[in-house]
Amino acid sequence: MTDTPVLQARGLNKSFGAVVAAADINVDVPTGERLSLIGANGAGKTTFVNLVTGYLKPDTGDILLEGRSIARRNPRQITQMGVCRSFQIPQLCEGMTPRQNLLVAVGASRPTFSFFRPVGAEGAGEQVTELLDRFGIAAYADRPVSELPGGVRKLLDIAMALVRHPKVLLLDEPTSGVSSEEKFGLMDTVMAAVSNEPVTVLFVEHDMDIVTRYADRILAFYAGEIIADDKPDEVLSDVRVQRYVTGTAK
Amino acid sequence: MAQDSASRILTTAVFATGALFAVGFLLPNWMLFTATKAVGYGLVALGIVVLMRSGLVSFGQGLVYCIGAYTSGLVASRAGITDVFVLLIIGGAASTLVGLVVAPLIARYRSIFFAMLTLALSMVLYGVLVKQNWIGGSDGFNVPSPTFLGWAPELWAADMALYGVAVLVAAIAATLCRFYFQSMPGLVAQAVRENELRVEYLGTSVFRITVRNFVIAAGLGGIGGTLNGLTLGHVDPLFSFWTTSGEFVFISILAGHVSVVAVFFASFALELVRSFSNRYFPDTWQFMLGAFLLAVILFLPNGLGSLWDEIRKRFGRDTKAKPGSTAPVSDAPGKLAERKEPAE
Repeated sequence: MTDTPVLQARGLNKSFGAVVAAADINVDVPTGERLSLIGANGAGKTTFVNLVTGYLKPDTGDILLEGRSIARRNPRQITQMGVCRSFQIPQLCEGMTPRQNLLVAVGASRPTFSFFRPVGAEGAGEQVTELLDRFGIAAYADRPVSELPGGVRKLLDIAMALVRHPKVLLLDEPTSGVSSEEKFGLMDTVMAAVSNEPVTVLFVEHDMDIVTRYADRILAFYAGEIIADDKPDEVLSDVRVQRYVTGTAK
Repeated sequence: MAQDSASRILTTAVFATGALFAVGFLLPNWMLFTATKAVGYGLVALGIVVLMRSGLVSFGQGLVYCIGAYTSGLVASRAGITDVFVLLIIGGAASTLVGLVVAPLIARYRSIFFAMLTLALSMVLYGVLVKQNWIGGSDGFNVPSPTFLGWAPELWAADMALYGVAVLVAAIAATLCRFYFQSMPGLVAQAVRENELRVEYLGTSVFRITVRNFVIAAGLGGIGGTLNGLTLGHVDPLFSFWTTSGEFVFISILAGHVSVVAVFFASFALELVRSFSNRYFPDTWQFMLGAFLLAVILFLPNGLGSLWDEIRKRFGRDTKAKPGSTAPVSDAPGKLAERKEPAE
């Protein structure tokens, strides 16, 4: 086990005109941590996710994955290096079934698949079946994605991101659009699914109950800055977090 | 399982090739010619289907069709190499090379921009060729009759031999494309049409997939062009004209992207409709073609290739999804029959 954090952000800055989306962001994320990003809309959480996954390039600063810079790489290269993500609006192949979506993910993760062997060969079918079971969506495996409930779509999106066995998994609002009764079930499923993987999980979340229950540590964002970085209890009792993020300040 | 699938495809291809070749002996001469020409068109359209599966349509396949026809035609007429197999390889290789050069330049464009760029390139070639008087300018030039591994048949035998080669080439191309479509790389290419962003975030290059598909389409276009140059015995710049490219798109839409065999049926159907309409409705045959296409779009929105699924659906035969089936659910109505409802 190495002491180098799996993910490091060093002096990240990103502006869109006069709007500062990331202001001198410095973060170390140890391997295996469950880190939650909280903040009001426009605070810079998704910008941070987009910077880490290569969708945006920082104006200044650097992002290191196991000590290697990824800040100037494109999303595909960053994914290949081991940073995978799910999306606030699940990015699925709507004309396919969940099984086909996962087969696509498996096919994309292994460029060595033969052009002359059918889909599902070379262990891909078994891998997909295992993922469907692990995420509890096997019953939906052959239904059209367009007919799936919101929670299942979220799980499928996350399962696709996990196919590569990433080092870092970023979940952008995994429970948004999911009913309040389903949220904990969904997060339980996700956390159980990743429990056997050596993966570090960063998730953007607005529900403080979810954050408290599933995060080891919280980063609270406000106006592009990190205003608190500590264990959940500490962060949620911080006055500035209560004022600018949770709105619970008296 | 995988071997079963592969051997089934190969067996079907061998039997279909044999049957189509045997049918050739029963066909009148004009229909042999029509069928051979339809295969040439079908090969180019098959290339468009490869592109269509990843969400792109080329309006300029006349470019590679013409490159294949001109290169093989020039080799035959100037260098005296008339063996059909050598010419097919040369024509296919020339267009593949052009595809390798062009594809990286256009692979970042999508939808109408991709279509118009390909169209523009084909029209540039047309403009260049009409000015080249050393190869006939706008009149083009004649291509000598092909030989077949040293055999130089005449009259009916020549037509039959060329038809046989066309059937063989079509079978090989369709089989290879079928393997590709149902492979993992084929499924990932299909996912590009559905959600490019997701494919990139899964770690695969959409650009590379587009280049690969364009190069495959170019190779098929070159072989199709060579075949039709030899069938017609003449090539001219119209091979690269936009109306020719439009016909390839017409065939592809008619066939849909579900079946590789449907492309050749669609091509043959187009040739027949054109032949008969031209004869019986000389002033309105384009109208007939348009009506034919409209009927297909209305009643078979996924093209002739989805006809089999539609028949099975209509007569109650389940087309249940097989695990790993590459057919998108939207292309296979009826797949949900007999499926157990998941517990909510």
